Amino acid sequence: MSSDDTKPKLLGELIGDNKDMLLAPIPFSMAVGMEVVSVGPSRATLRLPWRDDLVGNPETGVLHGGIITALIDAACGSAVICALTRMTSIATLDLRIDYLRPATPGEAVLVDAECYRTTRSIAFVRALAHHGDRDDAIAHSVAAFMLGANRSPPVDRGVSGVKS
Amino acid sequence: MTPPVSLPRLARPVGNDGLLALMRAIPFARLLGVGATLDDEGRVVAQMPFAEHLIGNPRLPALHGGTIGAFLEMTAIAQLIVDMAEPGIPKTIDITIDYLRSGRPRDTFARAIVAKHGRRVANVRVEAWQEDPTRPIATAHGHFMLPPPTEGEAPEA
Repeated sequence: MSSDDTKPKLLGELIGDNKDMLLAPIPFSMAVGMEVVSVGPSRATLRLPWRDDLVGNPETGVLHGGIITALIDAACGSAVICALTRMTSIATLDLRIDYLRPATPGEAVLVDAECYRTTRSIAFVRALAHHGDRDDAIAHSVAAFMLGANRSPPVDRGVSGVKS
Repeated sequence: MTPPVSLPRLARPVGNDGLLALMRAIPFARLLGVGATLDDEGRVVAQMPFAEHLIGNPRLPALHGGTIGAFLEMTAIAQLIVDMAEPGIPKTIDITIDYLRSGRPRDTFARAIVAKHGRRVANVRVEAWQEDPTRPIATAHGHFMLPPPTEGEAPEA
């Protein structure tokens, strides 16, 4: 048995071609047209094509900040799932977003989210929203999520004696 | 029903009709179904009536956190527009959203407090609740860039 087999695989490694399952059950994500571009261990990239009903100012055609918030929240949540070894219920504790520049009208927005730390009950995430050039980002975000939210069991991280 | 391609030029002081016309002119506010009225003290009370497409977790069910965040941001901006002497739309610099309880599949309300209305930047706190205003489901605070003074006006000393 190689050392790789002793460590349980993260969902981000297992999801593979089933990446669409991350957003498919979420009515709001479907309603606004969010797509999963790619997933990996503890990371996810989401994409949102520009649409005229997502605009904040009809005079400029710039997307509303709120839809960027929603896309970042969804990307961060997806990255958290990709950092776990099995499905659990998660809930956003907080989300801070710095708007670095307005989104360009007509262009799709990409969000790269990375879950850089998980504990038994909390996941920490950072995310960047951009149009394809990470050096010219639209928004930068940090978030914390609760794992095992809404009375589902907390994450079993393989430590004996702490199972609830 | 397509939204208008320009924002209404609001008369000052902003009344209920002007505020509603503004919300209706913002495409993403229409998608969320967000409306707003003014209370007796001139404070914006925003509403986001429940709709199926706002759901983020169908198992609970619960509203999508992103819809609540967007709603809070809209409420803050609406309150600033009502308070501003100048026309224009404030731009979000940063916003931090704290999620306190899951949003149930029912109508959501929000109110904002402008903690500081500076010359260029405003600091705003917002709170969203459902059936009980003393049990908020989410709070937010953010900084907003205010539109520059209209040309021709004497610069502030």
